[in-house]
Amino acid sequence: MAERSPGTRRALWLVLTLVFAFLYIPIAVLVALSFNNAGLPTAWSGFSLKWYASLAGNSAILSAGLNTLIVGLISTTIATLLGTLLAIGVEMRRQFGKGLEALIFAPMIIPDIVLAIALLSFFSMLNVTMGLQTIIVAHVVFNLAFVCSVVRARLKNFDWSIVEASADLGASAITTFRRVTLPVILPAVVAGALLAFTLSVDEFIIAFFTAGAGKASTTLPIQIYSMIRFGITPEINALATIVMAVSVVALTLSQRLNREVIGQ
Amino acid sequence: MAPALAWLTALMVVPCALVLTLAFFRRGIYGGIEYTVTLENFGLVFDPLYARIFLKSAYIAGTATGIAVIIGYAAAYAIAAAPRRLQPVFLFFAVLPFWSNYLIRTYAWIVLLNREGLITQLLRWVGYTGEPPSMLYTEGAVIAGLVYNYLPFVILACYAPLSRLNPELGEASRDLGASSVTTFRRIILPLTVPGIAAGAVFVFVLSIGNFVTPALLGGGRFQMIGNLVYDQFLTVNDWPFGAALAIALIAVMLLVLMAQSQFADRAAGRTIEARGGADG
Amino acid sequence: MTATDPRYRSSKTSSIALGIALALSTPAAAADLVVSNWDGYMAPDAMEAFKTATGVSGEVVVHATNEEIMGKLVASGGKGYDVIFVSSPFAEVLNKLGLTEPMDHAKIPNLANLYPEATKLPHDVGNSFSVPYTWGTTGLCYRSDLVKEAPTSWNDLLVPSDDLMGKTTMLATDRWLLAAGQLDKGFSVNETDPAKLAEVKDLLISAKKNLLAYDDTTFYSKLVSGEALMVQAWDGWCNYGIAEKPEIKYVIPKEGSDLWVDTMVVMKASQNKDAAFKFINFMLDAKNHAWAAQNIDYKVPNKPAMESLPADFLAKFPNMAMPVADLVKFEQLRDVGNAQRDYAKIVSEIKAAQ
Repeated sequence: MAERSPGTRRALWLVLTLVFAFLYIPIAVLVALSFNNAGLPTAWSGFSLKWYASLAGNSAILSAGLNTLIVGLISTTIATLLGTLLAIGVEMRRQFGKGLEALIFAPMIIPDIVLAIALLSFFSMLNVTMGLQTIIVAHVVFNLAFVCSVVRARLKNFDWSIVEASADLGASAITTFRRVTLPVILPAVVAGALLAFTLSVDEFIIAFFTAGAGKASTTLPIQIYSMIRFGITPEINALATIVMAVSVVALTLSQRLNREVIGQ
Repeated sequence: MAPALAWLTALMVVPCALVLTLAFFRRGIYGGIEYTVTLENFGLVFDPLYARIFLKSAYIAGTATGIAVIIGYAAAYAIAAAPRRLQPVFLFFAVLPFWSNYLIRTYAWIVLLNREGLITQLLRWVGYTGEPPSMLYTEGAVIAGLVYNYLPFVILACYAPLSRLNPELGEASRDLGASSVTTFRRIILPLTVPGIAAGAVFVFVLSIGNFVTPALLGGGRFQMIGNLVYDQFLTVNDWPFGAALAIALIAVMLLVLMAQSQFADRAAGRTIEARGGADG
Repeated sequence: MTATDPRYRSSKTSSIALGIALALSTPAAAADLVVSNWDGYMAPDAMEAFKTATGVSGEVVVHATNEEIMGKLVASGGKGYDVIFVSSPFAEVLNKLGLTEPMDHAKIPNLANLYPEATKLPHDVGNSFSVPYTWGTTGLCYRSDLVKEAPTSWNDLLVPSDDLMGKTTMLATDRWLLAAGQLDKGFSVNETDPAKLAEVKDLLISAKKNLLAYDDTTFYSKLVSGEALMVQAWDGWCNYGIAEKPEIKYVIPKEGSDLWVDTMVVMKASQNKDAAFKFINFMLDAKNHAWAAQNIDYKVPNKPAMESLPADFLAKFPNMAMPVADLVKFEQLRDVGNAQRDYAKIVSEIKAAQ
């Protein structure tokens, strides 16, 4: 895109700067509060690492954080796989009934509480053991619909004759998918996965209802919402700060690794 | 396709059908269910109060959607136009804030915006002495909170189709003498309509079911329609009426989404023609 | 995707569906004692201390609201849970739905520590299915240094003076929101007469214009910062504000308050009932119960526990020293049966009003 005029380029950078400022202003506050000595976010009362220290000793928050990560990663992986295949299936066929369309939209519009109560009643009817595994399958339900939507948006203008041509030339279905379809949809698959993960780590109602009766399946949102009544301590801010910092480090490392691999 | 459909059938259609069927029964006096078939719950749904709440929440969610789509599209466009190496980095930083937690992000906004908050303190520090502005507990605060929290979803949805825009397509169009506005309107926008539509759906459905933002940033002065269903199931313990309200909500939303999907399909159909024109 | 015969496809779909369902259904194993409570509502090491004292191991899980834990218990029949902490109207409903286990008094000798009044609470006379854990009042919490006149009546909140316009909050939880109007009008906090409820509704809708917000989570920090000057508050939560700023004061309006009671109940589905009763007995131990009073600043219905509170603590939080005889004069919030629908609708109308 080197062809863009300097004016356009400046405008695009301005957009990025403003949007990222908007996204990060509350995050700056959130991070600052994790270093605030006072528990109430009403005034700055000096720099302190005490919330990090108390976080280190708070096994409930830490195990909830780990559970959230597990649920987020596994449900995202399954949902991305299923949602992508669903999107390809639907878009390849092009002719599908209204019923199918409704079925794909439904997970996004069914009120959370209905899905939550429905799954819990259903699971207890079947005597399913509740735990992280039930939260994961529940999160896949709505996440696969979101992934499917993103991938479909990308496939709307896809020229399926390339797929046919590839098949005609004797390529197996898997080769065709890997060499033809996947490169086209990959950015959408990545976008869908990021979206699914983001939804999963913040989801509260469905997780609460489908969690087992034990600490082993308490997720971070369940833990944090239950703290409302007696005050949410900045330990949560400290945890969020650590999560974001670790993510940035992981990204930097993977970028460097990528460059080295490509460099060879 | 089959695994996904099976997943939805086993874990959504069947369980939800079981609960939504309760709409045809009656709440027992203590909140249990009295198994006598009745249609009275559907009659109650048509109370003007619920229509009013639905319209109000559709208005709030719709406004948030409009704003989020404009900002999110611009951001996705700028990301897609950045050097290819940087694109994943920008995407990552666009979603990173949302791996903290909804509740503490919302509290951070309250710390910023409340009458004795950071912005007011900043104003006082630069010498402002008047009555502090009241920014919280308004419709605007709710809309801003929804835009903030769902913006990354629009960015992700719009980035997907934007990233495949062939830069040569725009160049070809310009070479043929089309202005950049025409290029955008005739080539780029139609190609990305499916992404915009998907992003808009995300913001709208997530907003209309949200109850944290109206409660905390809106000071509980507003409630979204999703909250009403929640109340019936959990506060009133009236599952039959909650189910009836949910069915009505699902039906209305499905109609909206189907219309949207058809519109997106048609727009995408136009795209192919437009592309043909540019290529020729 | 290659299968085009719809019959083949649908049978494959349903067999996968069945597979998912079956894969998840393994018989539940009997677990340790499971107690569900709000986070921070009992000593962090209570479960460890309980194990040391009785040899029974268990774990504490958390819920955010009465409504959510009750929804979960109703939908699942309470499987997996042993002891639940809920407010009394919810305990009442759980009992009416047949989900609670009768209290075995022989296994809870520490019930003797309760004030006699706490064994005769109207929602459960004789503690047949619930044991009170904390109790208190709902009143006005205000900045004595910033309000022109100390409030004395619910009217001071509902029809505020000019200096309080836009600087008051009310509780968002339906029953307490309505209670402010019901008490102001001199009605019962369990009033079900539609005409009287309509009056309450009109009063609360007109009060909405002068409010800063409905808030039942952060109101005390609003008082500390000065964003709000007077809020409807539970006495215990007002104490959190007082702890940060001694200028904050609590008053019960002259029209009265409700008597709220948070209780412990044992689930009928519990597989550890003996352990559950042991746990309740452990919580009623004077020393353990005093922990709650001193650390969460709520009154507890435990005579020796309350008598053990240090004088400076009572001086700091005057509402902690309220005589039990005065406290139980107030009416408890009760389950109102089908009128709960009217309550919810009125609250929706108030929230939807301009």
